[in-house]
Amino acid sequence: MSSSSNINYMAAIKDAVIAGAISLALFGTMIGLKIEVSNQGLDILHRWDAVGIAVAIVVTGRFLMSVFVWQTQNPVTDKIAALIPDIKIDAGSEKYVKIAVVVFAFALPFILLSIFGARGSRQYVDLGILVLTYVMLGWGLNIVVGLAGLLDLGYVAFYAVGAYSYALLAAHFDLGFWICLPLAGILAGFWGVILGFPVLRLRGDYLAIVTLAFGEIIRVVLLNWYEFTGGPDGLSRIPRPTFFGLEFTRKEGFADFFGLDYSSIHRIIYMYLLILILALITNFVTMRLRKLPVGRAWEALREDEIACRSLGINTRNTKLSAFAIGATFGGFAGSFFATRQGFISPESFTFIESAVILAIVVLGGLGSQLGVVIASIVLIGGFEFFREFEEYRMLVFGLLMVLIMIWRPRGLISGRIPSVYLKEKKTVSADLVAEGEG
Amino acid sequence: MEYFLQQLINGVTLGSIYGLIAIGYTMVYGIIGMINFAHGDIFMVGSFIALMTIILLGITALTPAFILLAALLLVLVLTMVFTAVWGWTVERIAYRPLRGSFRLAPLITAIGMSIALQNFVQTSQGATNKPLQPLISGGIKVIEGIVSDRVFVVQLSYMQMIIIVTTLVLMAAFTALISKTSLGRSQRACEQDQKMAALLGVDVDRTISLTFVMGAALAAVAGLMFLLYYGVIDFYIGFLAGVKAFTAAVLGGIGSLPGAMLGGLLIGLIETFWSGYFSSEYKDVAAFSILVIVLIFMPSGLLGKPEVEKV
Repeated sequence: MSSSSNINYMAAIKDAVIAGAISLALFGTMIGLKIEVSNQGLDILHRWDAVGIAVAIVVTGRFLMSVFVWQTQNPVTDKIAALIPDIKIDAGSEKYVKIAVVVFAFALPFILLSIFGARGSRQYVDLGILVLTYVMLGWGLNIVVGLAGLLDLGYVAFYAVGAYSYALLAAHFDLGFWICLPLAGILAGFWGVILGFPVLRLRGDYLAIVTLAFGEIIRVVLLNWYEFTGGPDGLSRIPRPTFFGLEFTRKEGFADFFGLDYSSIHRIIYMYLLILILALITNFVTMRLRKLPVGRAWEALREDEIACRSLGINTRNTKLSAFAIGATFGGFAGSFFATRQGFISPESFTFIESAVILAIVVLGGLGSQLGVVIASIVLIGGFEFFREFEEYRMLVFGLLMVLIMIWRPRGLISGRIPSVYLKEKKTVSADLVAEGEG
Repeated sequence: MEYFLQQLINGVTLGSIYGLIAIGYTMVYGIIGMINFAHGDIFMVGSFIALMTIILLGITALTPAFILLAALLLVLVLTMVFTAVWGWTVERIAYRPLRGSFRLAPLITAIGMSIALQNFVQTSQGATNKPLQPLISGGIKVIEGIVSDRVFVVQLSYMQMIIIVTTLVLMAAFTALISKTSLGRSQRACEQDQKMAALLGVDVDRTISLTFVMGAALAAVAGLMFLLYYGVIDFYIGFLAGVKAFTAAVLGGIGSLPGAMLGGLLIGLIETFWSGYFSSEYKDVAAFSILVIVLIFMPSGLLGKPEVEKV
């Protein structure tokens, strides 16, 4: 092979040795020396074998990478990348893909039920519910970040407002899920406006840090306002949703009414369909809003705020509407979360949750609805898949976020279909689109 | 009054630690315009490395004062070096491949890196708290007196003195580094215009790497100080300290070194006074509320240059 002659093995070895030395400095401290706390005080446990393994992995990995990827003309990664189908959906076939995905999503719990039975399918349907919750949150945040270009790091605040609204309304006024759901959405939207108002003048990273601060403030208040929110103990015994007044109980509930044998899977599947419909409503409303003047204004705002203002768009109302609508969907998802778990506490609404939702939106490709679905399945599904490796999965999760981002900085689905077009709808590569400044 | 003075001293000490971390944020933001979310976790790694070296060197409270100080200086240097390697690696792995990419991409890798670092330390060092017996005790009484039959003492402990003095020395050294040396000159050049700096022969990648190294070294100092002052660390300290320090950097005007220090001091003072006079549960709310208020009325912070928008 002609390409093999170009490989400079000396350079590769030198590079690998340098990488090894650096990783020795990194792992020699953090892995090699373990701080042990005992009654006599502190002690150090030496683990040089583990350091040896880690350094060896880095050295061989680096060497193989330079020989097979960085120095050859036909890197192995290209061949691997060729195996993964290029996710580039043109405007024409996108419609059919979407319909197929929706039909499959509706059929999924029944397929699982027929394969694994009532007992075995429960965990998979539960996972489906979790993924769909993140899809809905991702779509909600996509309005704020993807369409309006406002970088929001405190989205979990609205999720929390929705969840606590439902839990508190149900506990104090004895209201059911179906009345509380819109109320929780309205309350969250209201908070979206309240928190959106002070940050109207801010842009980019300043906006990010202030929204992060708001998210933390709401969490700290939930944690310390013991009389109202239950503090760190949270709220429990949140009522489950009913199916047109039918409860999912053993006696005189859903199963009796329809003459079915009682099974707990009924409620799980009902929950699954509920979140699926809620998520689809989010998607439907977003897609419709994109075609309305307000949606056009959001996208214009994302591309250029000054141009927007010069053309007479009211940026204040535009930003506030984006915050409010994004927050409303966050609130819906929150009250669904509360009813699914039956128990909520401030621990579920930490910054890491906001970060995961933002990561789903960005990894999926900003503004892309299908991208959010794919990113949720990859991140959340993958995360649950590694449940056996409990200790390592957050570590892998973090590294995965870094790797996907380096591999595709524009997100998994990077094509952007313009909302306004002349004659023909063409997918524009995201690289050609000017970046949205928040 | 004496209570006020005591809180003032405590606030300045806490503020110095925040300020040291905030410098790392502000330098990185100034040069590549991104929030280095993993910086708080670099601080955490620094505090762990500091604890390791302290145990390895066998420093205890019984060590004679002179040797203790010399040993702590050695700990300081070792911690700075090893933490700097971590800072350099994070930049090399997560940020350099995305240079020139769109704005949100490095933010996401930074969040990913922060999650990864936290959980790496959790798995490798265990999730339990790591307590350290106080090494330096005692202090000097600044004011002592009797007010209406009650003895009051305002105390400045030796530990607080060490923290404040170290911070002042490092601040002076770094200000000199930025304004006098050629590295500082190339840093300022990259801050203004990376492309032009590269055309004029400045190695942009190297300068950015060194910025991360310097930021990490300062975070390591903050980690050591935090460990000695509070006497307990765990893998999660980086998040809150990082957010507060970033708040400090924004408050002072991001991109400005004196601003970062001023912001750090203000956040430290606000937090201490709030927990001293009102309630310690809501001290974080106080710090964040001040941030929001300042940003609404002065969007570029206290000492920051206002951004000029051109069409």
